[in-house]
Amino acid sequence: MFRDVWNTFIIFLRDTGAMCLFFLRLLQYTPSVLVRRFNLVSYQVYNAGALSLVVIMISGLFVGAVLALLAYSSLEQFNAEDTTGIFAGLGLTKGIGPVFTALLFAGRAGTALTSEIGLMKATDQLSAMEMMAVDPLRYVAVPRFLGGVIAVPLLTAIFTSIGLLGAHLVAVEQLGVDVGAYWQQLQNVVDGPDIHEGITKSIVFGFVASLVAVWEGYNSKPTAEGVGRATTRTVVATSIAVLFFNYMITAIYL
Amino acid sequence: MLRALAAARPGRIALSDNLIEVRDVDYSRGNRSIFRDLDLTIARGNVTAIMGPSGTGKTTLLQLITRQLNPGKGQVIVAGDDISKYSISELYAMRRRMGMLFQNGALLTDMSVFENVAFPLREHTRLGERLIRNVVLMKLHAVGLRGAAYMMPAQLSGGMARRVALARAIVMDPALLIYDEPFVGLDPISMGVIAKLIRQMNDALGITSIVVSHDVKEISEVADYSYVIADGNVAASGRPADLRKESSELVRQFMLGLPDGPVAFHYDAPDYAEQLLGSGTD
Repeated sequence: MFRDVWNTFIIFLRDTGAMCLFFLRLLQYTPSVLVRRFNLVSYQVYNAGALSLVVIMISGLFVGAVLALLAYSSLEQFNAEDTTGIFAGLGLTKGIGPVFTALLFAGRAGTALTSEIGLMKATDQLSAMEMMAVDPLRYVAVPRFLGGVIAVPLLTAIFTSIGLLGAHLVAVEQLGVDVGAYWQQLQNVVDGPDIHEGITKSIVFGFVASLVAVWEGYNSKPTAEGVGRATTRTVVATSIAVLFFNYMITAIYL
Repeated sequence: MLRALAAARPGRIALSDNLIEVRDVDYSRGNRSIFRDLDLTIARGNVTAIMGPSGTGKTTLLQLITRQLNPGKGQVIVAGDDISKYSISELYAMRRRMGMLFQNGALLTDMSVFENVAFPLREHTRLGERLIRNVVLMKLHAVGLRGAAYMMPAQLSGGMARRVALARAIVMDPALLIYDEPFVGLDPISMGVIAKLIRQMNDALGITSIVVSHDVKEISEVADYSYVIADGNVAASGRPADLRKESSELVRQFMLGLPDGPVAFHYDAPDYAEQLLGSGTD
């Protein structure tokens, strides 16, 4: 029993170390890829970012709407329903926006990246590139990684904006909160440091979600089962890592 | 190294008759030994066949020759150089002079046929678009698929995909072409086409070819020299016609396609009657 736990811990440490080395190699190649293959990166921003827009926008709308409903029903008891905007604004900007976006990104784009790279490996496309003297890390992994790193903060901004709109629709249009009070309170309380925290989180989550997706694809077993498992691991590992870093960053900013 | 490989091209002085020498190579995967003291040579300008039953490590041998894998012991010498001593850039320089045809073609699925063949040119040369277009169309014409230039890999049949991969493998005018199981899963017409192309490419381009296959009939027609690999070593070698007369039972079983022999039909198992009638639950 103890031995199993110990072995699992050692495997975890080994995998984390390997992933960190992989991350450093991605960073090492980043400048040359950005300069020489920017077309690949911009395509991946489209692939991972633009194609995730619909799910991000719809989710943002509903999450904002629910936040407004919950905030309103609590605040109403204290006759403070005018401050609904604060709750929706702070919640979306500092925590829910970045976390939800990263989780949705992992489910929509992260899994696609993992399975795409895994299948490329299973069908010898990565080996073929190596045999054509093209490093697949530069050609396949780095552009996809950078695509995710760029896309997640942008998606977070869109998620948060649409969320505020969703909260506005429910609070102002449906529940009758004064429109001036909603936006004024939001403007007064949600400040530079809050937005800064949200941006920091979205950047960190972008790195985490993209790194996990590319790593899992690159290291998947080249079989149908292997690619399936890697895709599952992408969602699980990203979710846990994002929630962990969310806590850490929130604690740092307090 | 580049000069040495280039010496394999026609019109240059060859450094030696052997382009590739595999010396005393051991290779294991986990606890399973794949090769023990393997020795073989690939002569310049020839089509050399590597044959053998499934699972004997034929593809592994190709991976050792191209340094996708490193041997546990021994040396792989390509054009006079021990490739284990190469830096990554030297390794890539060597691979630019090699073309490899993978079992399933390994075409990049998000690019058209044209872009697949143009890929190495775009990556390694600064040729203009017009020249790239002409080179790609010429290579596709050589494999008979100029008309399929703007199709996607998913639209191709197995035989067509392999011919496109062959066009891609020769687009950089390599000195060495490596074919990994080029006949697997093909209909007889496609098999004949690929066999003809292997011979044609070798003779027309003056290059060296290695073909890994277990299709004895097809490969015997195109190969100048054959190795039969079994049990981690070379079981027999010679011209394909001579191998048929080989006295070794294993080689005879392989060349004639006999279902039973030294390579047993039955995988190791407990006694049949005992297992069916006995009290055991396994």
